[in-house]
Amino acid sequence: MGTYAYPSYPYRAPDVVGAEAPRASVVIVGGGQVGLTMALDLAQRGTACVVLDEDNTVSDGSRAICQAKRSLEIWDRLGVAAPMMQKGVTWNEGHVFYRDEQLYAFNMQENPHSPFPAFINIQQYYVEQFLVERAQQEALIDLRWCHRVAGMTSNATGASLHVETPDGSYTQPCDWLIAADGVRSTIRGQMGLSFTGQVFEDHFLIADIVMQREGPAIRRFYFDPPWGPEASALMHRQSDNVWRLDFQLGWDVDREEELRDENVFARIRRMIGPDTPFELEWKSLYTFQCRSIERYRHDRVLFVGDAAHQVSPFGARGGNGGVQDADNLAWKLALVVDGSADPALLDTYDAERRFAADENILNSTRATDFITPKTRVSEVYRNAVLDLARDHAFARTLVNSGRLSVPAHLTSSPLNGVDELQGPVGPGSPVPALPVDGASSASARHLIGLVGQGFVLLVFGNQPEALRVDGRIPVEVLCEGRDFSDPSGEIAAAFGATDGGAILIRPDQHVMASWKVPTAADLSAALATVSGERA
Amino acid sequence: MSGLRHDPNIADPDGFYQELIDAVQRLSSDDALAFSARLNLLLANHVGDRTVVREAIAAARQGLVDQQGLENKS
Ligand SMILES: Cc1cc2nc3c(=O)[nH]c(=O)nc-3n(C[C@H](O)[C@H](O)[C@H](O)COP(=O)(O)OP(=O)(O)OC[C@H]3O[C@@H](n4cnc5c(N)ncnc54)[C@H](O)[C@@H]3O)c2cc1C
Repeated sequence: MGTYAYPSYPYRAPDVVGAEAPRASVVIVGGGQVGLTMALDLAQRGTACVVLDEDNTVSDGSRAICQAKRSLEIWDRLGVAAPMMQKGVTWNEGHVFYRDEQLYAFNMQENPHSPFPAFINIQQYYVEQFLVERAQQEALIDLRWCHRVAGMTSNATGASLHVETPDGSYTQPCDWLIAADGVRSTIRGQMGLSFTGQVFEDHFLIADIVMQREGPAIRRFYFDPPWGPEASALMHRQSDNVWRLDFQLGWDVDREEELRDENVFARIRRMIGPDTPFELEWKSLYTFQCRSIERYRHDRVLFVGDAAHQVSPFGARGGNGGVQDADNLAWKLALVVDGSADPALLDTYDAERRFAADENILNSTRATDFITPKTRVSEVYRNAVLDLARDHAFARTLVNSGRLSVPAHLTSSPLNGVDELQGPVGPGSPVPALPVDGASSASARHLIGLVGQGFVLLVFGNQPEALRVDGRIPVEVLCEGRDFSDPSGEIAAAFGATDGGAILIRPDQHVMASWKVPTAADLSAALATVSGERA
Repeated sequence: MSGLRHDPNIADPDGFYQELIDAVQRLSSDDALAFSARLNLLLANHVGDRTVVREAIAAARQGLVDQQGLENKS
C-alpha cells in the first residue's frame, strides 16, 4: 500500500492519424519537472506550446526529493510554489556523521528574509502533479499524454516528429523543439549526440519507507555508519511520513541479491533500529554518472534538464539545475518566437546553462569522488580527512557529502553589461529576496517578487534623465521611494547603489547590468544585446 | 621568484628527521600511509597559500610515474 495514488491524465487521440498535424510553434518533448516548468513559463509569457509525453502519469517513484530555494522562487513566479510549500518538508540544515559521532552541521539558509527555505523535501511525483494541474489550467499549453516521440528530423527552420499513440502515429512539425525527454532522451539519440562523462563504480540502494518518527527535518549523512557495513548512508524526511534512505553498497555486489526484500529490510532495520515499525514504499538500485552533451542548442532544437546533462544526486543539482534551464530559456524563446529578438539570443542559453551545468557536474563529481574514492590511496586520504575532522576545524571544510544546489551566478555571461556599481550582487547573479515595504500587491513583499515578467530597471534616488527605450523590448522602470521602498537600505547595499544608481534585471530575475547614472542610450545599448538590434 | 622555500628552514635538521621517522617506522604500511596523508593535510592547511602548496605537490611528484590500475581500490 503506497502513500500516493498515481493520477492518470486524460489521453486524447490525435486529430490526424497517419498524416501530418498542423505545424506548432513550440513543441516540448517530455512532461517531467523540467518540460512542464518550461511549458508554464512559456505560457506565462504568452507563447503557446505542445507538450508530448510518452505516458499519462507522473514520475514513477519519488526520485528527486530535494527542491532548492531557487526552484521555489521560479515556481513562485509561475504560481505553483504554494502547493509545493504546503506539501513539502522544510529544511535548512545538514548534519554529517562519521562512525558514531557527529562531525559538523551546516546551515544552507543564507538570507534570513527569504520567503523560502534553503530546501524542501517533496517527492518528485507531487512536484510533477502540481505542475500538471497548473498546466491544465493554461489555454496556451496543449498537453498530450501517451504521445510518444519515436523519431525526428530537424533542419534550419524547425523539426518534424514522428509521434506514436495508442490510436496510431502522426507527424508533428514545429518551428522550435525543446528536448526535455530525460536522461534516456530519444531526441538526443536521434540526433546522434554523444553524452559523455564519468561513471562512478559504486552502487547505491535507495529505499523510501513510511514510518512515524519525530525529530527535526535535516539532511543526515553518515560516513562509515556504526550500524552497518555500508560505506555511507543518507537519510531525509519527505512528506506523508516517507523517509528516503540511501545506502552505499560498493562496486562488487550482486544486484539482484541486494534488491531482495529480506536484504533491503535487514539494511533498513540496522539503520533505524529494531523497534520502529515501517513499510517499504519504493526501492531502487543505482550507479551514478555525471555527463553532458557538448552544446545545448542545435539550430531549432534546444536541450533542457537531464536530456542535456546528468549529475549524481549528491548535491540535488539534477532537477534543480533543469528547472533553472527552463527559467533561462523560456523568456528568450518567447522573445524570439514573437519576433522581438533574433534567434542568436538562444546561443546565450547554451553559453549560460552550459557554464551552470559544468559547475553542477564539477560539484557533484567532486562529492561523488569523495564518497566513492577511486583508488586505495584516495580512500586513505578521504579517511584521513574524516579522522582529522573531529578535532581540526579545517578538515571539516574538506569533508564533502554533497555541495548542495545553489543558483548559478552567470558571471561570465555574454549578456552581462557594465557593472558600474560593483555591489555584492552584480551582473549574472539572481536578485535576492529582500523585503520591499510599500509594494502594491500582497505577493510582492520581496524584491524578487517585483521582477520576473519583463525587463525591469530598478532606480535609486534622483534620475537626471527620463529613461525611455525605443527598441523592440520594453523595460519597466521601478523607482525606490515611488514603486518600492528600501527602509533598511539593504537593497541599495546589495547592489552597491548610490544616488542615481540603476540596475537592469532580466526576465529570469538575474541582474544584467548596473550604472551609477544610466542614460537612455546606455539602456538601449544593453537591450540591443538581447534583441540583436543595432543600438 | 618561487613561493616554496628550498633553503634550509628547520633548526636541528637531524633532530627533526629522527622525530619524523620515529613517528612512522613501527607502523604497518597501511597506517604509515594514513599517517602521511594526515600529516600532509595538516601541514598544507598550515601553509594555506595555494601557490606554495601547488609547488610542493609538483616537487613531490617529480620523477614519479602513473601506475594506472595497479592501485585500484580493493
Ligand atoms: C534517485 C534519484 C534521486 C534524485 N534526487 C534529486 C534531488 O534530490 N534533487 C534534484 O534536483 N534532482 C534529483 N534527481 C535528479 C532528477 O530526478 C532529475 O534531474 C529530473 O527528474 C530531471 O527532470 P527532466 O524533466 O529533465 O527529466 P525526467 O524527469 O526524466 O522527465 C522526462 C519526461 O520525458 C518523457 N519522455 C521520455 N522519452 C519520451 C519520448 N520519447 N516521447 C515522449 N515523452 C518522453 C518521460 O515520460 C518523462 O515524463 C534525482 C534522481 C534520482 C534518480
